[in-house]
Amino acid sequence: MTVVDKIAPEGNEAGARTPPRPTLRHRLSRWDVKVSPYLYIAPFFLVFGIVGLFPLLYTAYVSLFSWEAGDDAPDFIGLDNFKELFADTQFWNALENTVSIFLLSSVPQLIIAVLLAALLSARLRGATGWRVGVLLPYAASLVALGIIFANLFGPKYGLVNGLLQTLGLDPVDWQAGRFSSHAAIAIMVNWRWTGYNALIVLAAMQAIPKELHEAALIDGAGTARRFFSITLPLLKPTLVFVTITSTIGGLQIFTEPKLFDAMPGSNNGGSSNQFQTVTLYLYQTAFENYELGYASAIAWVLFVIIVLIALVNFFLTGRLAAVKKK
Amino acid sequence: MTKPRRSTYIVLTIFVLGSLFPFYWSFLVASRDSGMLTERVPPFLPGGNFFANAARVFDTVPFWKALANSLLVSGTVTLTTVLFSSLAGFAFAKLRFRGRNGLFVFIVITLAVPTQLGIIPLFMAMSEFGWAGGLQAVIVPNLVTAFGVFWMRQYTVDAVPYELIEAARVDGCSMIRIFWNVCLPAVRPAAAILAMFTFMTSWNDFLWPLVVLDAGNPTVQLALEKLQSGYYVDYSLVLAGTTLATIPILIVFLLLGRQIVAGIMQGAVKG
Repeated sequence: MTVVDKIAPEGNEAGARTPPRPTLRHRLSRWDVKVSPYLYIAPFFLVFGIVGLFPLLYTAYVSLFSWEAGDDAPDFIGLDNFKELFADTQFWNALENTVSIFLLSSVPQLIIAVLLAALLSARLRGATGWRVGVLLPYAASLVALGIIFANLFGPKYGLVNGLLQTLGLDPVDWQAGRFSSHAAIAIMVNWRWTGYNALIVLAAMQAIPKELHEAALIDGAGTARRFFSITLPLLKPTLVFVTITSTIGGLQIFTEPKLFDAMPGSNNGGSSNQFQTVTLYLYQTAFENYELGYASAIAWVLFVIIVLIALVNFFLTGRLAAVKKK
Repeated sequence: MTKPRRSTYIVLTIFVLGSLFPFYWSFLVASRDSGMLTERVPPFLPGGNFFANAARVFDTVPFWKALANSLLVSGTVTLTTVLFSSLAGFAFAKLRFRGRNGLFVFIVITLAVPTQLGIIPLFMAMSEFGWAGGLQAVIVPNLVTAFGVFWMRQYTVDAVPYELIEAARVDGCSMIRIFWNVCLPAVRPAAAILAMFTFMTSWNDFLWPLVVLDAGNPTVQLALEKLQSGYYVDYSLVLAGTTLATIPILIVFLLLGRQIVAGIMQGAVKG
């Protein structure tokens, strides 16, 4: 570590010439050592200041005003936006939708990802090919995906309903129902991310020492027993990581519900907001209704909720994995 | 490490077919006319209308411009993110300076801040700078990321031996030359993975460009959304657009699939 602090001995690139002015060089070099690290990390802090810290604080500030877009002298109203927000049924509805879609996507996704990883960890022929195949949806554009799934789940001519009818079942109006729309959006999310998460879990699985499995095998533990007693507990850090990243992403979900609307371009999240998420509501409030103060209050509440749920997740995942270990 | 049974292959095959199906479906619709959607039993093979539908996409939205915009945005963002993240990663991993640990912890904490939620003040700021509507409004906020710095720092710690840096300093190298000639070559694999991630994320970004860009100056994602948001949705047209937008990235993905998979798996172990 100290190496870098040492000042290079004077001069001599090729060891041939002696430098003309060693002192200047010496000083320049010392200055270089001192200042360079700060220069190298500066871009991050500049950008974070502009796009991370400033917006976070300024959002808090704006949320205290009745601030309409283009308003030069917005009124300070203190916490009124928050009071209004907590009494706003549309906000609670949006929050419920968000949590519902989030649970419907992340829970099955994690379970399937772990099982899929277990399948992929076998000695497959053409292992890389399978992995690439599983990861394919990750390459899809999110918007393209939203449009494709809106089409597949279309009420009249959608393929999914066509299949249901072929099987003799009733068609479902996927966009009209609350639960059905959540399920359809969750399927969209799962389709894109399950393979990706499976690979992350697979990597962790392969890092588990083989001796553990061999020892358990000798003790007579079957496949299921070894999976629950060895594999799962040792996957804990990875599962925590995957859960937290999918929480942060899931609670901000925007693109999928926006594109799923039967009225394209709408921000309502369905005719009775049945699948409007918080970010969609935030977008509608800010950029369709131009109530920037109120929208900022929404942003801050969502931020706090995300942090809280991430923490809860962290503890829950830890607890679950700890129980399995016994 | 068990030997796979036949059922393993069957399940995986079903899964991969499921992964492929929406792509195939969108191409199927894109290559026919919208009438196919009203048929009770949809056809299984593509028709011959794809190029006609694609041509209509070019008439409806400025697709080429959108493609150029997306390439410019994602390309620039990828380049700067990799460069700045590698520089910062080098500093945090190998250089000693006051406040190093504190600043790095700070960066790790910022990973948890969802920047999406700051769109309102960010939009106000961009309007103030007169950047709203311009591509710089999409590029500048993404010049470097906390994830990038974190990722490059983790890799640099192991990949660049101190002895090498010392040797370079003895030879009279400046810091920036050490970075360029010693560090950067050693961290190339991690930089490549970061580049891939950054490009994909930037390419797929939707909310922020939707907020800050004009309809006449879209990225690919915005152009696609525009295609769909007419009063009447012409699915052959719209899905021709999604196919056009997906094909290039799908090709890249299939060509680099092996590295991408390795990168994601490595990221999991390191992160």
